[in-house]
Amino acid sequence: MAATDAQSSLRHAFGNVLVFFILILIGVLAFSIRLFSVIKYESVIHEFDPYFNYRVTQFLSKNGIYDFWNWFDDRTWYPLGRVIGGTVYPGLTLTAGTLWWVLNSLNIPLSVETVCVFTAPIFSAFASWATYLLTKEVKGSGAGLTAALFLAMVPSYISRSVAGSYDNEAVAIFALIFTFYLYIKTLNTGSLFYATLNSIAYFYMVCSWGGYTFIINLIPMHALLCVVTGRYSSRLYIAYAPFVILGTLLASLVPVVGFNAVMTSEHFASFLVFILIHVVALVYYIKGILSPKMFKVAVTLVVSGGLAVCFAMIAVLIAMVASSPTMGWSGRSLSLLDPTYASKYIPIIASVSEHQPPTWPSYFMDINVLAFLVPAGIIACFSPLSDASSFVILYIVTSVYFSGVMVRLMLVLAPAACILSGIALSQAFDVFTRSIKFQLPSLSVDSHVDAGGASSESVGPDDTVKTDKTEDAHKERTSKKSRKKEKEPVEKPPSKSQIKKRLSVLPLETSIIAIILLVLLGAFYVVHSVWAAAEAYSAPSIVLTSHSHDGLHVFDDFREAYAWLSHNTEVDDKVASWWDYGYQTTAMANRTVIVDNNTWNNTHIATVGTAMSSPEKAAWEIFHSLDVKYVLVVFGGLVGYPSDDINKFLWMVRIGGGVFPHIKEPDYLRDGQYRIDSMATPTMLNSLMYKLSYYRFVETDGKAFDRVRRTEIGKKHFKLTHFEEVFTTHHWMVRLYKLKPPKNRIRGKIKKTKSKSTPKTVSKRKGLKRNPF
Amino acid sequence: MAKTSSTTKDAQDLFHAIWSAYSATPTNLKIIDLYVVFAVFTALLQVVYMALVGTFPFNSFLSGVLSCVGTAVLAVCLRIQVNKENKEFKDLAPERAFADFVLCNLVLHLVIMNFLG
Repeated sequence: MAATDAQSSLRHAFGNVLVFFILILIGVLAFSIRLFSVIKYESVIHEFDPYFNYRVTQFLSKNGIYDFWNWFDDRTWYPLGRVIGGTVYPGLTLTAGTLWWVLNSLNIPLSVETVCVFTAPIFSAFASWATYLLTKEVKGSGAGLTAALFLAMVPSYISRSVAGSYDNEAVAIFALIFTFYLYIKTLNTGSLFYATLNSIAYFYMVCSWGGYTFIINLIPMHALLCVVTGRYSSRLYIAYAPFVILGTLLASLVPVVGFNAVMTSEHFASFLVFILIHVVALVYYIKGILSPKMFKVAVTLVVSGGLAVCFAMIAVLIAMVASSPTMGWSGRSLSLLDPTYASKYIPIIASVSEHQPPTWPSYFMDINVLAFLVPAGIIACFSPLSDASSFVILYIVTSVYFSGVMVRLMLVLAPAACILSGIALSQAFDVFTRSIKFQLPSLSVDSHVDAGGASSESVGPDDTVKTDKTEDAHKERTSKKSRKKEKEPVEKPPSKSQIKKRLSVLPLETSIIAIILLVLLGAFYVVHSVWAAAEAYSAPSIVLTSHSHDGLHVFDDFREAYAWLSHNTEVDDKVASWWDYGYQTTAMANRTVIVDNNTWNNTHIATVGTAMSSPEKAAWEIFHSLDVKYVLVVFGGLVGYPSDDINKFLWMVRIGGGVFPHIKEPDYLRDGQYRIDSMATPTMLNSLMYKLSYYRFVETDGKAFDRVRRTEIGKKHFKLTHFEEVFTTHHWMVRLYKLKPPKNRIRGKIKKTKSKSTPKTVSKRKGLKRNPF
Repeated sequence: MAKTSSTTKDAQDLFHAIWSAYSATPTNLKIIDLYVVFAVFTALLQVVYMALVGTFPFNSFLSGVLSCVGTAVLAVCLRIQVNKENKEFKDLAPERAFADFVLCNLVLHLVIMNFLG
């Protein structure tokens, strides 16, 4: 007996080593699948927000942590400025900064930019390992490996974590999964040690992303579910109660959250459940020490008194919540609970494309075959239902809802889908391989493989399709199997468990076909993910390429324009543009901007929106009052770049009109249609945005044909009186204009024009005065 | 009248039953209970003080109350883990439970010192 024990422990050790190697390979896969953008383009930071994070990281690595906390940035939001230390989630920048510092102190001289570019792929490897741990806690290591493999290449996550996409989500998804893992681990073991770790992981999550509210609502929901379904245990208490206290304290240490951690409704659920769980714990304790009869008496006595107290407390709470404006919910959370909220009240949230609800194809694009495997995974979680698997079910249900509200929350759904699909696939393989083993007489000796062996094997065939690298792991597996065969006959004879297993045996042909189909499904997933990583999600969006019949075209206009700005303008010049380009202008051109992608001051953005939608003279006055020297517009009409300023123009009108009522959206629409051709309204044709975009456009081809709108523009020949063109990039994608200095005029005339425009300036001043600065 | 007297009698019986059941618990658990009660009492005291004086250094109030509630919660966790009657934690040594408790308290109070302001 001792010999077989030793053998089985040896096999376990062997299995662990195998799992370890598979995990390393999964990490390598997760890292390398995200390098397409570096290989196809170059090692640059992508898009908009990452540029800000990059700039903050640069500041951090140059000036140290204390200066970072106290950093008041006067390069943005001119003339207001922005307190960076108190308004930014510091997790990502601190992580990359630490990484850079460690590498540099090891004498590995990497630039800050390189570290920033590769932070996201590194953390996606960590995230897939965390997924393995989480799924292992739920359904064993076989499911864990499958889930980790799925997560390593789920397109939804790839879209946010390709090399160069240096954004909060890159580290936050790892933190999210790891926090959930530690919660489940605490729940399964009931150890205070893991509870402490759980709170610290939650702290990291709060540091990294605003999505931490998902955790602080999901975990109380799960605790509540456990209590309601009668699954309360003292392990649940240990997992939940210290987490709330420590988590709340740690969250309020992060400056951007601060007292919000106890003051806003997003966090109230956790406190309510905290109170509830104490009541329940007390009830269970008293139930434990009393005889059933006495307990009944106690219940009748307490219920009458306790209910009254409960109602009083709930009433007080509701009163507290109702007394605060917007019921204590912030705009973004409200737009989550009520999907129509944002479009009704906050155009600035609705204007961001990633805040729109997703379309059905985007589910297929982003999680692909996982969408079909998830229901099977849910069923697998119900048999048998444990605390851990009920948590996973709750996670998928809530995240499906949230992903339906906002495209970018698809990212939260992706890990849940991976976990459940991993469980489903692993269980399916488990059933099929087992029934094959029972039916093949030659292999029948191999039948009583323990559950761990069977499920780790189930990953094998799945792995072989993925990469050549896992091929040797597969070979290792077969060698292990053959060795096992030698040992097995000594072991226990066919017993009850075998009979039980025989009940779930499927016909041989069916199971073989099913396995082939499942492998095909996995192969489809791999092909799709690699395609998505290579083609769809790797474009850095500051360098564009297009394939045409005469070869590859590279449009590097953005960096051309920013480089022009940094070389040809004064250091203190202010550049006005729509807020999308604010971060890039400060990071790449190092010039002061009026508004940027951190949309904290609606009035300020509305001022710029108003200027863009006003006629030239009024716009000049607004810009002049803001001390603007240059105006930057992005124009895609020549090369067919669709996300240019003309297409964003209606949002400028809407946001501007929301604060300054003299800008009315219908003035810019002809019969409800947005058009720039000869049918366009005169307000539209006279707006600054139209003029700056199409100035001299007719000189390019003589017809002024706009390739994005696919029409000839309405007004072709016009002159600018208050602006002069200073630079237009090679493909006309970025156009820079300089404000002309005010002309010398007769004094009386100036006074007249000023008195005419006073109401507007006054209203604007008022708007500015309302600001906290 | 008869009904109320029966309920009071019930209540008395219940009280006696609870008391007798409780007095059977080991002394070390009783000490933990006393600690918990003391912590909760301190927290209540702070809340009353806040109601009288005002919330002004809100972080101080918050850290004070949460420190008390936190220690109470951690002590309850310790009590759950070292209770011999709890079958779930049979294989957890009391020394290990206490080490976890100390670690968690250390983290908690480090955070609180940081938050105190």
